[in-house]
Amino acid sequence: MAKLIMTADDSASVRQMVSFTLKQNGYDVLEAVDGKDALVKLSSQKVDMLITDLNMPNVDGLGLIRGVRAGALNKFIPIIMLTTESQDGKKSEGKAAGATGWIVKPFKPEQLIAVIKKVLG
Amino acid sequence: MIEQHIVTYREEANELLAELETSLLELEENPTDEELIGRVFRAMHTIKGSGAMFGFDEVAQFTHEVETVFDLVRNGKMTVSKLLLNLTLRARDHIKSLLDASVSGEESDRAEGEAVIAGLKQLVPSSPNEPSPPPVQSQPAPDAEAETLKTWRIRFKPCPEIFLSGTKPLGLINELRELGTCHVVAHTAGVPVLNDMNPELCYIYWDIILTTARGMDAIKDVFIFIEDDCELKVDLIDDGGTGDTDLDYKKLGDILVERGDLSPMEIQKILGLQKRFGELAVAVGAITPDKVQSALVEQQHVKNVRQERATQESTSSIRVPAEKLDLLVNLVGELVTVQAHLSQTAALHGNTDFASIAEEVERLTNDLRDTALNIRMLPIGTTFSKFKRLVRDLSQELGKEIEMETEGAETELDKTVIERLNDPLVHLIRNSIDHGIEMPDVRLAAGKPAQGTVHLGAMHSGDSVLITIRDDGAGLDKEAIRAKAVERGIIAATAELSDKEIYNLIFAPGFSTAAKVTNVSGRGVGMDVVKKAIEGLRGSIDITTAQGTGSTITLKIPLTLAIIESLLVRIGPDYFVMPLSSVEECVELTRDNIEEAHGRHLANVRGAIVPYIPLRDQFSISANRPDIEQIVITNIHGTKVGFVVDSVIGEHQTVIKSLGRMYRDVRGISGATILGDGTVALILDMGLLLQSAEALEQGGVSSAAPM
Repeated sequence: MAKLIMTADDSASVRQMVSFTLKQNGYDVLEAVDGKDALVKLSSQKVDMLITDLNMPNVDGLGLIRGVRAGALNKFIPIIMLTTESQDGKKSEGKAAGATGWIVKPFKPEQLIAVIKKVLG
Repeated sequence: MIEQHIVTYREEANELLAELETSLLELEENPTDEELIGRVFRAMHTIKGSGAMFGFDEVAQFTHEVETVFDLVRNGKMTVSKLLLNLTLRARDHIKSLLDASVSGEESDRAEGEAVIAGLKQLVPSSPNEPSPPPVQSQPAPDAEAETLKTWRIRFKPCPEIFLSGTKPLGLINELRELGTCHVVAHTAGVPVLNDMNPELCYIYWDIILTTARGMDAIKDVFIFIEDDCELKVDLIDDGGTGDTDLDYKKLGDILVERGDLSPMEIQKILGLQKRFGELAVAVGAITPDKVQSALVEQQHVKNVRQERATQESTSSIRVPAEKLDLLVNLVGELVTVQAHLSQTAALHGNTDFASIAEEVERLTNDLRDTALNIRMLPIGTTFSKFKRLVRDLSQELGKEIEMETEGAETELDKTVIERLNDPLVHLIRNSIDHGIEMPDVRLAAGKPAQGTVHLGAMHSGDSVLITIRDDGAGLDKEAIRAKAVERGIIAATAELSDKEIYNLIFAPGFSTAAKVTNVSGRGVGMDVVKKAIEGLRGSIDITTAQGTGSTITLKIPLTLAIIESLLVRIGPDYFVMPLSSVEECVELTRDNIEEAHGRHLANVRGAIVPYIPLRDQFSISANRPDIEQIVITNIHGTKVGFVVDSVIGEHQTVIKSLGRMYRDVRGISGATILGDGTVALILDMGLLLQSAEALEQGGVSSAAPM
């Protein structure tokens, strides 16, 4: 069965690009427009992985990561955060919150897939 | 697909810019509203991040500068001022113009952008300009030290909470496995009893011994996400250099000290006890068994790596029993037959998919055939060296001074061909020494050096190998041969023969030119046996000579005996194949042509008269003769001769099968092959067919037995 990956991002274009890349590589995708949306969906839906932006309205990326790790259903899933180069400090914050890894924007589809394969193990 | 994302991005950016504008105007009213500041920052952040993703580098770069300023505002290091808002609004307009420029392709106003950035920079409190951030996560540069296999010891000890970050340690270890040969030892000594165990924690750590061509960076990259959440120690334990020829690796104790599992002091203490070190170390409780186990694995791994390297360096070839190769060639032969069947079936069905598969199989089969046959090839030089000894011994025995020269010893021939060439070559060389080279005094009298020379050479020529045996002896005596042949009743005294035909008489059965039977040659096996042996290899033998200066015997031998390229023909219901190497062309033979020749078997090929042999008559095939027949014109020992068949089917890969015992002596047929549809086709021995036909023509005086 195809693995289900959630992409949480307030930027429609990034969401579109991520889902397109994932679907092309045989993954199922669940989209969330911000951290709150993602948390609501993740409270009832088991996913195999989460890819989240850090800067989002309502609940931001860090809040989302903490929320997921505090929940039960998706407690141990790999979480990849999307960061930009100006947010080096965010990496450690994200790690502390419970992110598995990160990918720096801008990235190419194949880089994204490589990271996903890495953390899905 | 990218196009589509770009369109989405533009729409999104325009929305964000609108939102940015509203937020900025609201911010003018409430300069301290953090929610608003956050919204401005996020809008710019998204424009930047997504812009970079979709190739809007200029937008991304410019927005980055503005975002940096708002990051300071967000963190309370700057306050929102009228000037800042003005500049930001100008920046927003500039971003819009950059986006529009990307659609229209017009140049954007670079000066405006620079002015805005300069203005913003002035606003930034005296804090030093943040050093530009490190470039985007880049692919690791290819390791300079690639190629050489190095062995690393990796100790990977994740922090117990590793699972809570979503990391799967086994995934990482599997990633290491992909880098090269890997031995993993898990240290489970830390796992508590079940009651005390928290299933959400990781109690295990691993020692990994990895041999890889990739460098340290590749290994570290595997652990990039958890650098800070684990203890990671990567040590080079074997650098792949050839200097380390010593197969033995470090002693167990040294490994444990290096790993920091034991101190040298402890080692000394344990060594004093004099038992097997590993057992001792565990026995005294200095160390847990799994650590010893892990070190032993490292020892074994490196030993293996070094051993492999040593064997790789010493041998680039392997020895295989000859029967295995024969079996391989036989199987390839069967495969060629099946492939012919496949191609034929595919052609019959007319299905293009099927046909393309059949073509692919055909191509692969051909490659496989060539490769398999090539494996059996041996340089002929292996036999040449034997002959040197032969020449030396013989010349001493006969009191002659003879030197042997060889050339083309590296020429390759099928193993079985070389084996079967041995006896004929021995015979030919003996002949040259015994009959060809004169005694030293005779040579001196004839003005030649006392020492004679026998030259043995081999060279490739098309799909054959030419082997020459040349001596600088007396050469053949035409008259003596003729006289002898008449005496032996091989030819009629009145027979008119060309020089070539006379020389070829020496290959006739029962012919021996030596005045007396010596110990060396003429033991009852004459040159006719040599000729038979060569023809058995589907080869030919040719002789050129000049009286007084020596003679040269040339053997033309096909490269292999197993599979040949041939021409498939049909007469009535029967199929025959002719070795393609001797076929020159095919022409039509009509009833009119036959009448024109007045019943003689001669065809006019572009003005040249070519005799032909109607195979239908030779083989007494009674099926109806078609109106138009085909003549396959061949070149046999320099003579052009045609063979008349009903139709020519085409080129064919012929896997040669020998005829059974019953048919072995049938003249004119050298073997058989199985066609794609299972039909048997006979392989024609054109040289013998020609001989028989000539014999018939001349009234049966020749040696050739009637068909």
